[in-house]
Amino acid sequence: MSTLNTSITTDTAQRETTTQDAVSMAKEKPAEAAIEYGKTVGTPFADDAKFCLRDVEVFYGDTQAIKGISLDIARNEVIAFIGPSGCGKSTFLRCLNRMNDSIDICRVKGRLELDGQDLYDPKRDVVELRARVGMVFQKPNPFPKSIYDNVAYGPRIHGLANRKSELDDIVEDSLRKAGLWNEVKDRLDAPATGMSGGQQQRLCIARTIAVSPEVVLMDEPCSALDPIATAKVEELIAELSQSYTIIIVTHSMQQAARVSHRTAYFHLGHLVEVNDTDKVFTAPEHELTESYITGRFG
Amino acid sequence: MQPANLLPLIVVLVIIAFVLGYARSRALAAPLGGIKHLKSLPFYYAARAAMWCGLPALLVLACWLGFEGKVIQTLVVGSLPAELQPDSAGKASLVLSQITNVASGALSADFVPPAIVEASTRLTNLQQSSQLMMTLLVVCIAVLGGFLAWLRIAPHVNARVKFETTLRRIFFACAGLAILTTVGIVFSVIFETVRFFGKVPMTEFLFGTSWSPQTAIRADQVGSEGAFGMIPLFVGTLLISAIAMVVAVPVGLMSAIYLAEYASPRMRGIVKPLLEMLAGVPTVVYGFFAALTVAPFISGLAAALGLQASAESALAAGLVMGVMIIPFVSSLSDDVINAVPQSLRDGSLALGATQSETVKKVIFPAALPGIMGGILLAVSRAIGETMIVVMAAGLAANLTANPLDSVTTVTVQIVTLLVGDQEFDSAKTLAAFALGMLLFIVTLALNILALHVVRKYREQYD
Repeated sequence: MSTLNTSITTDTAQRETTTQDAVSMAKEKPAEAAIEYGKTVGTPFADDAKFCLRDVEVFYGDTQAIKGISLDIARNEVIAFIGPSGCGKSTFLRCLNRMNDSIDICRVKGRLELDGQDLYDPKRDVVELRARVGMVFQKPNPFPKSIYDNVAYGPRIHGLANRKSELDDIVEDSLRKAGLWNEVKDRLDAPATGMSGGQQQRLCIARTIAVSPEVVLMDEPCSALDPIATAKVEELIAELSQSYTIIIVTHSMQQAARVSHRTAYFHLGHLVEVNDTDKVFTAPEHELTESYITGRFG
Repeated sequence: MQPANLLPLIVVLVIIAFVLGYARSRALAAPLGGIKHLKSLPFYYAARAAMWCGLPALLVLACWLGFEGKVIQTLVVGSLPAELQPDSAGKASLVLSQITNVASGALSADFVPPAIVEASTRLTNLQQSSQLMMTLLVVCIAVLGGFLAWLRIAPHVNARVKFETTLRRIFFACAGLAILTTVGIVFSVIFETVRFFGKVPMTEFLFGTSWSPQTAIRADQVGSEGAFGMIPLFVGTLLISAIAMVVAVPVGLMSAIYLAEYASPRMRGIVKPLLEMLAGVPTVVYGFFAALTVAPFISGLAAALGLQASAESALAAGLVMGVMIIPFVSSLSDDVINAVPQSLRDGSLALGATQSETVKKVIFPAALPGIMGGILLAVSRAIGETMIVVMAAGLAANLTANPLDSVTTVTVQIVTLLVGDQEFDSAKTLAAFALGMLLFIVTLALNILALHVVRKYREQYD
């Protein structure tokens, strides 16, 4: 029964996608055969959803990068997106605070809601959205300003502090949360670009949480860091998970296993499997997930 | 043989040396089992032979041509009888020109003393034998050099290293030539400036407030006293440059921000070349645009507002110069803004900053050093600009800060001082060198400042 069902749906899926990109389909065929369009095994839905995402499709020009993904992200959970390079995890992540807006050829379809409000409503204020959904990038990107000014940047543009002392408090608090306060409290006026890579990344996290977001998106936050700095950032993620919803894209399966509650496996623009992290890494339901975590490809 | 014919001959010899060198290196390689057994590729052996053939010959040719005239002159003048020996530089040149004119037939031999005629024959003879010797020497050196290099082609010689070394020296010599030229110009300007300060005291030049460069031809001439105070010119230059920068900096900067941050790729592809076309318009065209369109418009507008404006005004020249400089500022700033990493934009946008906040608070500060550098370069350009000012701002050296007045600039005065027939040792012409020196120092200082600013802050976001 299930094989029959699979073959039918793949047929339709292939018809749809063949029109999109016939050439790349030819290469993807063997893996594609096992994926149903828009279907995810495991537990993609949650009761208390922060993000409610349905049938999300993303196109870069004529190329479809995200193929009908439906997923709920629960309040205060840490969810990890894993998958081989080019599978669309970063693209999907960047939909969640509309960072894709700055790419002209990028189009997003489907229903994306944050607390029940449409993310892509034309009347929606992107500034307010990004203040609620912060983002940490792959490469540390501190502004060429002082450490203090980096953290104070967000609070200043959003008018979060009325007095200098309030701003000082926000900066100190954010740096403490990011585990950086003791290292930098004596040199807040020093340029942020003079810090080590790991410190810079933690500064970027401090900068993000300084505007008190509800969700923090992390796009491979440790890929440019050495193991010690990585360990520090992971510790930080564990602490932050108590107060924020965290979505982390990572290439390291160990990292996903260490920091996340749920893990989502992406493959060629499809969301193949979402399950509790323990389950994904011990007893994956989908054969592609199993192939990936056992290192057969990716 | 004429040097003009000698050069192609050398080229032919060089080509022959190259071909022979190539053939010999291949021939040497054949019994060893192919060119891979040579230390270098045949090309390098051939190139080395060609260099040995060409370079010494060319050097000798250049030296010969450089010293030939002087040596022959000395010989000819030295052979004149004692009563015709010149006792001053002026007379020497007179005697020499007589001799050369007789030799070339421009002056009939009947009008000059027989000693001069004799000298002119000697001159012709010397010139002929010199050319013959030169040809022989150069060809011999070329052949000999090529032959020696050809002989020294051997499989164990690493011709590549030697060729590269020679090439590096040639490149160095080319760079040195440019530097030497600059140094030469600077020194000649310095010497003339020192001569000028011998006639007009430096304090008068630097601090005088009146510019009226005349020198007396006769002692009893009326109104012969010139005044060489450069302050009015300098103030005029600064005034016009300041007006130009007031136009160019905001417009150029904002168009750069538009191009780099807001414009779609298509729009950018259209607007940027159009903007840069402004830089391709000859300054003369800007000049008559300023003189015929802008200046009358400004004086008309001023009259309508009840202000006194002269027909040629600093404002007209400054405005048009500003438009001319816009592409400098915008193009340089655009490059700098584009060089700011995208990750900084993303970081700012992801914190909920708007695009204009991102530009104002992140991009602009990060790009500021480069933008400052661009602006300072534009200032140097404005200070050095001549044509627009000649046509639109007039020649009257008024010491004024009123942009509606007619003013003049350092460059314009240099032009007017040197146009027409001039004696080259009067204070009037020497003043041009002093002004040139002043201009040189100011633009040099600005360039150094620009370089310093750019270098100091460059590595901020690496």
